[in-house]
Amino acid sequence: MTAVEEVPLSPAGNPIGFGNMKRVEDQRFVRGQGNYVDDVSLPGMVHGAILRSPFAHARINGIDTSRAEQLPGVLAVITGKVLEGIPRPDLLGDNFAWMPTLSYDTQAVLATDKVRFQGQEVAFVIATDRYIAKDALELIDVDYEPLEPVMDAKRAMEPGAPIIRDDKGQQDNSITDVHGHKDWESGNAIGTAEAIAAAQADPDCVVVTQEVMYPRVHPAPMETCGSVAFLDKVTGQLTLYTTSQAPHAHRTVYAMVAGLPEHKIRVISPDIGGGFGNKVGIYPGYVLSIVGSIVTGKPVKWMEDRNENLTSTSFARDYHMTGTIAATKEGKILAVDVDVLADHGAFNGVAQPTNYPAGFFHIFSGSYDYPNAHCKVTPVYTNKAPGGVAYACSFRITEAVYLIERLVDCLAAELGMDPAELRLKNLLRPEQFPYTSPTGWVYDSGQYENTMRLALEMADYDQLRREQAEKRARGEYMGIGLSFFTEGVGAGPRKDMDILGLGMADGIELRVHPTGKAVLRLSVQSQGQAHETTYAQIVAHELGIPPEDIEVVHGDTDQTPFGLGTYGSRSTPVSGAAAAVVSRKVKDKARQIAAAALECSPDDLEWQLGQWHVKGDPERAKTIQEIALLSHGSLELPDGVEGHLEATTVYNPPNLTYPYGCYVCVVDVDPGTGQVKVRRFIAVDDCGTRINPMVVEGQVHGGIADGIGMALMELIAFDEDGNCLGGSFMDYLLPTSMECPDYELGETVTPSPHHPIGAKGVGESATVGSPPAVVNAVIDAISPFGVRHADMPLTPANVWRAIQGRPVRVDMAVE
Amino acid sequence: MQVSMNINGEPVTADIEARKLLVHFIREDAGLRGTHWGCDTSNCGTCTVWVDGEAVKSCTVLAAQADGHEVRTVEGLEGADGLDPVQQGFIECHGLQCGFCTPGMLMTARWFLDRNPSPTKDEIREAISGQICRCTGYKNIVDAIHWAAEHPRTNEVTA
Amino acid sequence: MQTPAPTDYVRATSVSHAISLLEEHGEESRILAGGHSLLPMMKLRIARPEMLIDINELDELRGIRVDGDELVLGAMVTHREVLESPVLFEHYAIFRECEKVIADPLVRNRGTVGGSMCQADPSEDLSAVGSALRGSVVIQGASGTRTVPLREFHEGPYETQVEPAEIMTEVRFPIRPGAGSAYEKVERRVGDWPVCSAGVYVVVSDGLVTDCGIGLTAVSAEHFCAPAAEAFLIGKAPTEDNLRSAAQLAADAADPSSDQRGPADYKKHLANELTYRALVRAAAASQGA
Repeated sequence: MTAVEEVPLSPAGNPIGFGNMKRVEDQRFVRGQGNYVDDVSLPGMVHGAILRSPFAHARINGIDTSRAEQLPGVLAVITGKVLEGIPRPDLLGDNFAWMPTLSYDTQAVLATDKVRFQGQEVAFVIATDRYIAKDALELIDVDYEPLEPVMDAKRAMEPGAPIIRDDKGQQDNSITDVHGHKDWESGNAIGTAEAIAAAQADPDCVVVTQEVMYPRVHPAPMETCGSVAFLDKVTGQLTLYTTSQAPHAHRTVYAMVAGLPEHKIRVISPDIGGGFGNKVGIYPGYVLSIVGSIVTGKPVKWMEDRNENLTSTSFARDYHMTGTIAATKEGKILAVDVDVLADHGAFNGVAQPTNYPAGFFHIFSGSYDYPNAHCKVTPVYTNKAPGGVAYACSFRITEAVYLIERLVDCLAAELGMDPAELRLKNLLRPEQFPYTSPTGWVYDSGQYENTMRLALEMADYDQLRREQAEKRARGEYMGIGLSFFTEGVGAGPRKDMDILGLGMADGIELRVHPTGKAVLRLSVQSQGQAHETTYAQIVAHELGIPPEDIEVVHGDTDQTPFGLGTYGSRSTPVSGAAAAVVSRKVKDKARQIAAAALECSPDDLEWQLGQWHVKGDPERAKTIQEIALLSHGSLELPDGVEGHLEATTVYNPPNLTYPYGCYVCVVDVDPGTGQVKVRRFIAVDDCGTRINPMVVEGQVHGGIADGIGMALMELIAFDEDGNCLGGSFMDYLLPTSMECPDYELGETVTPSPHHPIGAKGVGESATVGSPPAVVNAVIDAISPFGVRHADMPLTPANVWRAIQGRPVRVDMAVE
Repeated sequence: MQVSMNINGEPVTADIEARKLLVHFIREDAGLRGTHWGCDTSNCGTCTVWVDGEAVKSCTVLAAQADGHEVRTVEGLEGADGLDPVQQGFIECHGLQCGFCTPGMLMTARWFLDRNPSPTKDEIREAISGQICRCTGYKNIVDAIHWAAEHPRTNEVTA
Repeated sequence: MQTPAPTDYVRATSVSHAISLLEEHGEESRILAGGHSLLPMMKLRIARPEMLIDINELDELRGIRVDGDELVLGAMVTHREVLESPVLFEHYAIFRECEKVIADPLVRNRGTVGGSMCQADPSEDLSAVGSALRGSVVIQGASGTRTVPLREFHEGPYETQVEPAEIMTEVRFPIRPGAGSAYEKVERRVGDWPVCSAGVYVVVSDGLVTDCGIGLTAVSAEHFCAPAAEAFLIGKAPTEDNLRSAAQLAADAADPSSDQRGPADYKKHLANELTYRALVRAAAASQGA
């Protein structure tokens, strides 16, 4: 199958089906006519601002809001005490000072007893003007009694460590999931332990153990989080404009928390300025804007500033991993065992399917064929911001891929084997699919070796190795890094997956108007993924309606059917499948109507893109547009066939889709300064059928930049006093155009066998796959200095220290 | 204090506090929401506009400083003959995804091309190095600006 | 979005007007130049001036010119003007090399030489250039003007000799025929403040160094310079050994502290390495290589 089949072009020049198509969305964005949450302005709207804790851990002895309340322009100051006085139906906390997290924990909306991380919400000011609201924050006096902060996950586990969640009566800082588990295990513990022990005893085998830290990072979308809430007291209708990747899920959580029916809540996610997982969870600020509207009777806007975004909203990673890999000396991998200490911050606010408390981390066995794998993840509370599953991680597959790809490179170093050769020896073979991994995942399809060989060919790998050898002889240090990743995306089958009890199937509605124009209503929401374009292409592919004649509606719960939203690369695997299925329902109905019009049996008809015609007689045909009009007209329809041309469906995916890819990164390292220059980045992705290759490549580009950022500069570190050291873009460094090379992309196409159009999710592939490629390249470059591993971010200082044999602990303040 | 400036050829006057940032004046007093803000610390360039033909970060300029000056925003790029080539280039080359950084990128791109009509891609990369995009990884933005350089402009708007 | 605390604003119409405004409003007033240091600090509410005196309209503070054997930069010259100035480049490549790595093109459009110098950030790149070249600043107050060598200008981090009712009006640099100069910076990312930078000029005559200046920033070198290293080089041939020794002496002048840009040992190493690299290029340039 080729990447893009030849498809006819519409009158507007768009492909009627799959292929490169310019984005519908761009017309408004290039004119500055996007409509983001901060662009929303309602009559009488006022502004909220949040007072945040300067301490990571402190008892609150009192809050005096009187001076703030007296500032002209201030309408109200809300504290946790006020919220405690508002009872609500018992759901993980019986008053409004607390709210449920997506992992069945509780999180303070406004702190009452203690603050548990720097940046935690303490009070909410509502004022006529955003400047005045900020002024008022300075007039609130909070009596804090500082407590010892717990900033290190290892310290959190020690006996005698301060207890963070005393509100829950905890005796230690362990986290218990909804099933009562404190450790999250997966795989074959005994078999893996035995295989590793046997390898240790066998002179023909090697065992390598490596500690690997995936430090805390932040998705940092360009638009911060915010909302505009208006509760109409007359109608009881709550309207919430909000930066949400999951408007329906959010609406249901608000309904549960507030005791309102869903139909009294309208959640609108207008244009969203990037999500990357940052906008999956529900933040206190959203709730406070609603409370503020209840208190003032006016629409209340709350937009966080960048410091608030970086210090309080969903971080990512913070996984302290120890991996052990066993292999024969010929390079055949035998087993991998992993132990993880997972820092979840002060509240367990991770957003992931309930039965997967460590996300999909246990897909860590990767793209390789070996029988024994096991992991144990131990989660802990610390005095850091909550979150954990974010930043395009495919539910923690980033951590898993980073771990296994680093371990494989460490193994290659131990064996003295080329890392490409080692991977090729162990990759899963095409005949093994569908493949059940040692931790229970069923990979749907793959031609791994083809993909890897294409990447090596594009990179001219052998020539790169020759160049490297020549340069080393001259004292120059270039590095070549590989990664091969497999993701499982498209959460997920109802039997396996839910979030807060909400199943992860997606609804969709397709209505074809009498003129043959169509409107498709999606539950998923775009933060830049071009849904308005690509979903029209899916319908066009199925029905032959030109994409410019298809309007895609999304982001408004009043306008769209229920579904769980856009994250974890799930839109195409779930809602994309739904779009194909609902189109096929319409096509089936169109067949009935065409048969009636052509006075034949439906069985006598044959589909040709855009029309049903009599088999063997293409002249006797009805186009989809003609059928649309007939369906609304006076044609007598057969029994059981209703008029009009529309359908709905709810798509329950039978499995995840498993996109994969092979990346090659080439870097130059200046050992005198530790500076790293990414010279080339080759990415070959296989995400099955590509609906719009241009959009797919854009997704990959962005993910590679993420990987360069995380590998080389992005970091949320803390000092021992609990101060966040990455609270602005001056310290949380994101890559610019200067650090990113001109990416070289390739593709192979292995369709998903269970997806209606063979597509797999790709939104996070490159963010997952690129960090290990960059890190492996840097370590490869400095391996002549005896370096086998160094933790991200590989800043100039960290690279230089690694070369000196003096590595630093990256997640804490530099001493 | 009363502040008057010319934005995209239209006079805008408002009574404001002296501390008001230009980005807020543009968005709230002039009602032009195409100019965004993203970082507070002059790092991201999302708020880029022109003041007297110079591309500047409008979160780091007081509205009072622009009193009596000429400001141009993304809404002023499109002319009677249609989109500016930088706007068209971003569409042609898939130079945007979420669209949030796009207005600032466009304003820098036009300002830059007016000074360097035939840039290399490396020069383009340097020109946008004070601006953050989280979606595109920059490659297509560079290509889009390069596309614009190769397509003549028919509008008279210039930095 | 972060917003400044309440303030007032007035535009100065001349330098003497600005000075009289400073005297009138006292210590709670601040000069607003490019604003790219002051406004971010005001948004963080670290700086809370009650009166901003805007000097952006003062053409008398603009312009780059040659005055006898000195280069003169008005305080309101922007970073971009320095970057693009042919006359500065003709005499000192260090100006272009340094400005190319200061912040980003948009900040350089607005940020000024005077603003950067007076902000006196301990990591300011221009301070290393100013000290290396042994420039001086002209400061004007109600009683007239005075000239202060840049190697005496800084009294500490964020502290300079500019008194509350004074304005820096010019920065002056001696022209040194035959000088080669260079700037080396390591930053965590393009546009970031330096982890360490070194800027130097060298005059090589008949195979010997007859004059040189070495500036360092972000490593707490006193007055952003390394006098012992300079003294060592004078009269010596610019050999690898001599330049290495001078670079080591320069590193000895650095007293960096650890922070998120890097640990102290690394910064000290950079002071050495970057000084050496800059010296090699500057000496070569002076010798016409």
